[in-house]
Amino acid sequence: MTGLDLTVVEIVLRSAAVLAAFLVLPLLVGQMEHKVMGHMQGRLGPMYAGGFHGWAQLVADGVKFIQKEDLTPAAADRRLFRIAPALALVPYLVAMAVVPVHPGWVAADVPASALFVLVASGVSILGMLVAGWASANKYSLIGGMRSAAQLLAYELPLVLAVASVCLAAGTLSLTGIIDAWSPVWLLWQLPAALVFLVAAVAELNRPPFDMPIADAEIVMGPFTEYGGLRFAFFLLAEYAGIVLFSVLFAVLFLGGWRGPAPAWTGWLWTLLKALPVAFLIIWMRVAWPRLREDQLQRLAWLGLVPVALGQLALTAVVVVAL
Amino acid sequence: MGQTCTVTSDTRRRALDVGVGAGGLATADMILNIGPQHPATHGVLRLRIVLDGERIVSADPVIGYMHRGAEKLFEVRDYRQIIVLANRHDWLSAFGNELGVVLAVEHMLGMEIPERATWARTLLAELNRVLSHLMFLGSYPLELGAITPMFYAFREREELQAVLEEASGGRMHYMFNRVGGLKEDLPAGWLGRVREAVTEVRRRLPDIESMLVGNPILRARTEGVGRLSPELVHAYGVSGPIARASGVDVDLRRDAPYLAYAELYAQGGPGRVVTRISGDSLARLEVLLEQVHVSLDLAEACLDRLGSLPQGPVNQRLPKVLKVPEGETYVATENPLGFNGYFLVSRGEKTPWRLKLRSASFSNVQVLREILPGCLVADMVSVLGSMFFVVGDVDK
Repeated sequence: MTGLDLTVVEIVLRSAAVLAAFLVLPLLVGQMEHKVMGHMQGRLGPMYAGGFHGWAQLVADGVKFIQKEDLTPAAADRRLFRIAPALALVPYLVAMAVVPVHPGWVAADVPASALFVLVASGVSILGMLVAGWASANKYSLIGGMRSAAQLLAYELPLVLAVASVCLAAGTLSLTGIIDAWSPVWLLWQLPAALVFLVAAVAELNRPPFDMPIADAEIVMGPFTEYGGLRFAFFLLAEYAGIVLFSVLFAVLFLGGWRGPAPAWTGWLWTLLKALPVAFLIIWMRVAWPRLREDQLQRLAWLGLVPVALGQLALTAVVVVAL
Repeated sequence: MGQTCTVTSDTRRRALDVGVGAGGLATADMILNIGPQHPATHGVLRLRIVLDGERIVSADPVIGYMHRGAEKLFEVRDYRQIIVLANRHDWLSAFGNELGVVLAVEHMLGMEIPERATWARTLLAELNRVLSHLMFLGSYPLELGAITPMFYAFREREELQAVLEEASGGRMHYMFNRVGGLKEDLPAGWLGRVREAVTEVRRRLPDIESMLVGNPILRARTEGVGRLSPELVHAYGVSGPIARASGVDVDLRRDAPYLAYAELYAQGGPGRVVTRISGDSLARLEVLLEQVHVSLDLAEACLDRLGSLPQGPVNQRLPKVLKVPEGETYVATENPLGFNGYFLVSRGEKTPWRLKLRSASFSNVQVLREILPGCLVADMVSVLGSMFFVVGDVDK
């Protein structure tokens, strides 16, 4: 296990690299969302901040958020209210540390990294629940309730889809999965890939599954009482989530760093494969209205779970037969 | 009560509160105030709803946060000044609101207005209707979580607002009606530009429609939701597209024609009344979408006619002090959102003794208390958005 014999310097460097990626990539996705949405809607998106096509819009937003007053409602559960944004954000940071982007490039090469990523990202949703409860706001409470209901819908299909890939690769290690991947998987694991994508969008609370946030119904749900930096953390968590799941999709289903070009371009391939997934997630927001919570449950239990189980059975049969 | 919001497209009754309202557990009701400040209320409507989980037990619209005493103010304004007040209650159909006032005054005065003015008014009223409908075709999907139709709708609105601005100088509150006709003649070459705008809007309407019609998510959110029965329509005096979506075939443009509508709605004319029978949110949306097409047809017919009419005046010379003879009259017009009526009582003075305003949204919003119980909070937005109201029109 490489993770056990690292020097302190190495640990610091690796952590810094993950942190840097964690701070830069979500901003890129956010900027992409601004521009893609703008152009899809007959607008230009941000054009002024930074001069060239508004490239610094999110930096400007961040500066604005930092200047805002840090408010805690009088009736709120103060400690929980203040912890919730970190609870939503940090798990994605942790999860990102085990995702390989290039041969040998993974901050912490743990043995069952696929499992680790799922567990870590699953913790993030606790931030929503805690925020919903601690805000002492009825809209937030309803949002928290919806969040919990949503959790029941997407966790199982998500795990089943990943399980299918792990079964096919015969390992729980993400690096191992990339090594075992072959282009046939594109077809063989296609149902799992679709289930994974839908479940990931639901986990991220992105349209069409943004019922816990639903700005026009429950006024941002758990985030209603948040402002300033704490609110920005929730937003950052959302975009970090998009990055994490896009890269994870590329790693699990698209072969990660594998591509026809020389070996040093591996990380580029990972990002190139993750980019369309992030684009797709943004596109869904532009194109579709929001489902209702019970409709997501129907979709999950009558659609995603059976498909994922069928895929699992198919994978098992093929693995055993070959 | 008694109406429930169950999705019945599937013949089985579906449980709507999977995981969102505890079925078998003992629960406590929660009172939730939607508004006065809430993104789904387009202003300051307030709904006081009692919730069990996410299911609405009862709902009460609390109105009056934007009451500006318009009717009382009418009584101390002369008839020219009234127009500027009257065009404000439904700020999405200012032209339609002005129209009722001047029609009432003209009726009391027994005044004939020039034919060109009649057709120009009809044209502007229809363009205003398209503007109002487009607004709701953008805002309703926005409430359901679809952000893009809003931008498309505003692109089309901009096209039409440009020509209206060119003629009247206003983008929302046109103030283009005068007793006896219009403020001034239409600008040279304007009819051609209107035709271009109408053609352009018609060409790009499919962009919006393709995002709404046939979208499975939108259908799931609106079909069978907030079903309004014809009985309730009659009981509450609901009118306009909402009533027609419940199968109540009533449209003042056809049934009590004013302006040039008698000709437009005659046999073989371009006018037709759009109705649906299901009375759910989807039907209301569909009626609105189709009415945009009808209004564009009507606008084109008006353009054809205006082009063939000889030049002539578009208004009457009025005395310095305009006094309306003693008496009373009621004039109702078909505003974009429903019946808009003015009951004018005059004692022969230069101000009305009483000018009662019957606004469409006021009656349309009252029926919410009947159709919201049984819905989920998510359906509440779907129903509220499809009731197409303007808070100013509710509170006056």
